[in-house]
Amino acid sequence: MTEKLVIIGNGMAPGRMLEHLFEKAPDQYQVTIFNAEPRVNYDRIMLSPVLSGEKEYEEIIIHGDGWYIKHGITLYKGHKIIKIDRAAKTVTSDHGVTESYDKLVIATGSVPFIIPVPGNDLRGVITYRDLDDVQAMLLAAQSREKAIVIGGGLLGLEAAAGLASRGMDVTVLHVMPTLMERQLDPAAGYLLQKAVEERGIKVITKANTKAIIGNGKVEGIELDDGRIIPATLVVMAVGIRPSVGLAKDAGIAVNRGIVVDDGMQTSDGSIMALGECAEVGGMVYGLVAPLYEMARVAASHLSGDRSAAFVHSDTPTKLKVTGIELFSLGDFADGDDREEIVLRDASAGVYKRLVLKDNKIIGTVLYGETADGAWFNDLKKKQTDIKEMRETLIFGQAYQGGSPLDPMAAVAALPDDAEICGCNGVCKGKITSTITSKGLTSLDDVRAHTKASASCGSCTGLVEKLMTLTLGDSYNPTAVQPMCTCTELGHDDVRRLIKAKGLKSIPAVMQELEWKTSCGCAKCRPALNYYLVCDWPDEYADDYQSRFINERVHANIQKDGTYSVVPRMWGGVTNSNELRAIADVVDKFEIPMVKVTGGQRIDLLGIEKEDLPAVWADLGKAGFVSGQAYAKGLRTVKTCVGSDWCRFGTQDSTGLGIRIEKFMWGSWTPAKLKMAVSGCPRNCAEATCKDIGVICVDSGFEIHFAGAAGLDIKGTEVLGLVKTEDDALEHIVALTQMYREQARYLERIYKWAKRVGLDEIRHQIMGDAGKRKAYYERFVFSQKFAQVDPWSERVSGKDKHEFKPMATIGYPQAAE
Amino acid sequence: MNWISIGDISEIPLRGARCVKTPQGKIAVFRTAENEVFAIEDHCPHKGGPLSQGIVHAKAVTCPLHNWVISLETGKALGADEGEVRTIPVRNEDGALYIALESLLMAAE
Repeated sequence: MTEKLVIIGNGMAPGRMLEHLFEKAPDQYQVTIFNAEPRVNYDRIMLSPVLSGEKEYEEIIIHGDGWYIKHGITLYKGHKIIKIDRAAKTVTSDHGVTESYDKLVIATGSVPFIIPVPGNDLRGVITYRDLDDVQAMLLAAQSREKAIVIGGGLLGLEAAAGLASRGMDVTVLHVMPTLMERQLDPAAGYLLQKAVEERGIKVITKANTKAIIGNGKVEGIELDDGRIIPATLVVMAVGIRPSVGLAKDAGIAVNRGIVVDDGMQTSDGSIMALGECAEVGGMVYGLVAPLYEMARVAASHLSGDRSAAFVHSDTPTKLKVTGIELFSLGDFADGDDREEIVLRDASAGVYKRLVLKDNKIIGTVLYGETADGAWFNDLKKKQTDIKEMRETLIFGQAYQGGSPLDPMAAVAALPDDAEICGCNGVCKGKITSTITSKGLTSLDDVRAHTKASASCGSCTGLVEKLMTLTLGDSYNPTAVQPMCTCTELGHDDVRRLIKAKGLKSIPAVMQELEWKTSCGCAKCRPALNYYLVCDWPDEYADDYQSRFINERVHANIQKDGTYSVVPRMWGGVTNSNELRAIADVVDKFEIPMVKVTGGQRIDLLGIEKEDLPAVWADLGKAGFVSGQAYAKGLRTVKTCVGSDWCRFGTQDSTGLGIRIEKFMWGSWTPAKLKMAVSGCPRNCAEATCKDIGVICVDSGFEIHFAGAAGLDIKGTEVLGLVKTEDDALEHIVALTQMYREQARYLERIYKWAKRVGLDEIRHQIMGDAGKRKAYYERFVFSQKFAQVDPWSERVSGKDKHEFKPMATIGYPQAAE
Repeated sequence: MNWISIGDISEIPLRGARCVKTPQGKIAVFRTAENEVFAIEDHCPHKGGPLSQGIVHAKAVTCPLHNWVISLETGKALGADEGEVRTIPVRNEDGALYIALESLLMAAE
């Protein structure tokens, strides 16, 4: 009979526990999870890369919704448990849900410590713990104002680096004399402080916060010595406390954490605890490796195997700030019975220190060069006697046994049981044997099958070296993603070679670049067609058979095979004649659905393909042209009514929008291009989530770009402020042309911008008038060939074959 | 087997398709880059997308709705997808195209 397992908390530890449990005893329990956060299980270690913009939230999800469904788990998102009734064996959530359990697992994690000073409850004071905190920081960072991070430990420094990379002016306050004093000795702490300051982050050590000042919201911090530091955001990252309130209220034994034995059992036989809230052997833990060890032990006990026991082991600490290499392990305090070996290389910014006791390593601090961390960790774990290699030990593994070896050899020389991934406790042998037995060829495969490098990612380099060792030359970590299976070349290479070799047709590209298929596929052909249209506007003959159906018949295919038609309404402005013409077309062709689009125009849905030319003919008589709502090209330019009507309008936003649309319609782009012009910063045209947007202000036109409001949601970046409408048009056109020439097919402008860098784009478009003019001229030239209304062409008979059947057969004559 | 004339090969673009209407549904007739002609039901096994509107490459077509790739020779879905459409025999006599329809279908005449 299945038992009921209820879990309070949905963090990384219980997630891992369930993975083990489903492996050992897939059908033993009916699982219910209460998660106080309104989401699935994600990799909390990777919040810092999300903050700094190196990763997206979607990339750090551990278990998507599908995983819960697959395992029949009931997941209550956003439900906080407020009561455990041990007598009745039930838990109750703040939304009033009560569930009974046979086994209960408490995994409530920890809460950030809030320092008890006046003003710690002001608006703008936040902690750094979960995704909501990250989102709050990202929102605050948009102001580009001053931020203070209290706490110079691991989390505080990652928060500071993230906020700085988002453009904030950041100061770190640390109460101790050097940063990360629990993991680093003063020398390494000093180097770290220098590296942090080089990133434009101010560091104040020995800083005691006296009060957080402000009226309703944060305005700054006052230190004990009277100094006042202004800020609009204060992030507290001074440590965490196990979250034990719930267990305590239920009468379960609690010390610093919830007290458990080495089988994760609390004082109540039906209740277990694990993760940051648990205290085992007098210790509480915050790093992921011991928490995953708890998960393994807990899963064993739940599945009935009571032999598993949690054993303490030191976990190395690494800082996840790009460009700062730091490794710390074990005990590195001075002592009479201890010796140390130190290596400093000031010019390279390298500092290494090994602490020895009885010829064995007990502690390691590495700064600037951390490749040997795994090896030192291995020597320490195995208590290896280092007497023989003492002279060369500090130089690392490559220097042992005479001549220096290459880095590959160092990895090759690691024993099979050497730990590669500290977060997930994966050793070398497990990785290499899984690569061989499962035939893995990519890093993602290895992550999926072994979990190595799947948490914090800092061992990715080592894992890749192992893959190279195991797979030989067939594994190339820097290999570009090919366009499709027809070629080994990536999009960027293909674009470059089309220009360099002067390739001007799809067969020429396939021949010269050695395509592996005779005539490509549905992935590469539309991409090649676009690249050729963009690069050779006057010479290349558009290959319609390589275009997706929508661009071939200039309408949008629907699920039932009918089409929708969207005529252009310049800047979203229309009149009675146009509306009357639309109404007449709807009546005449019995069009079943008329819908206003998000782009300020009208969509006519459910039109038979054969009727399209006739529909267009009627629309054309009223002056309509194709709205290109189907194109990887310019879509719409939304506008607000601007200074002609609006009390707040600063410029003629409607006029500018129409001017832009009339100038740019018809152009093909790598992916769709949506634009908007708002007449004032109230932004009624929603220009700040568009591919390109304009916000009119008194002093001119603020040009925005790289927004998104689809699969991803992203506010725009500012390109710059220009004075006149003419300037605005020139800058927008030049930006578009740069995007047309550089982006990969189907890559929206925000993804392209992220890849090439915002500064580079600003530099070329705002800073380099020569480049800007050249882009502008190339766009204008290509428009000569692009601005032909495809609808009127087809009304006059072009591509007739597209719109009627080749033959109609089998119908009785009488029916004709 | 009845061979029914449907027109000339030149009416189909290279690497393209046309459809033929019959009382039992549409038939998609394809012309590959190599000038071969194939006919299959114009109805993707996945969600019924009109295959005649897809991009033709080698001896396959990619459905315009959800990118299933269907073999023109066998009517079977290629790659990881599973499904099949009916193939229809085609005769090409110096460009004059005929398809064979079963008698059941012709009974409507």
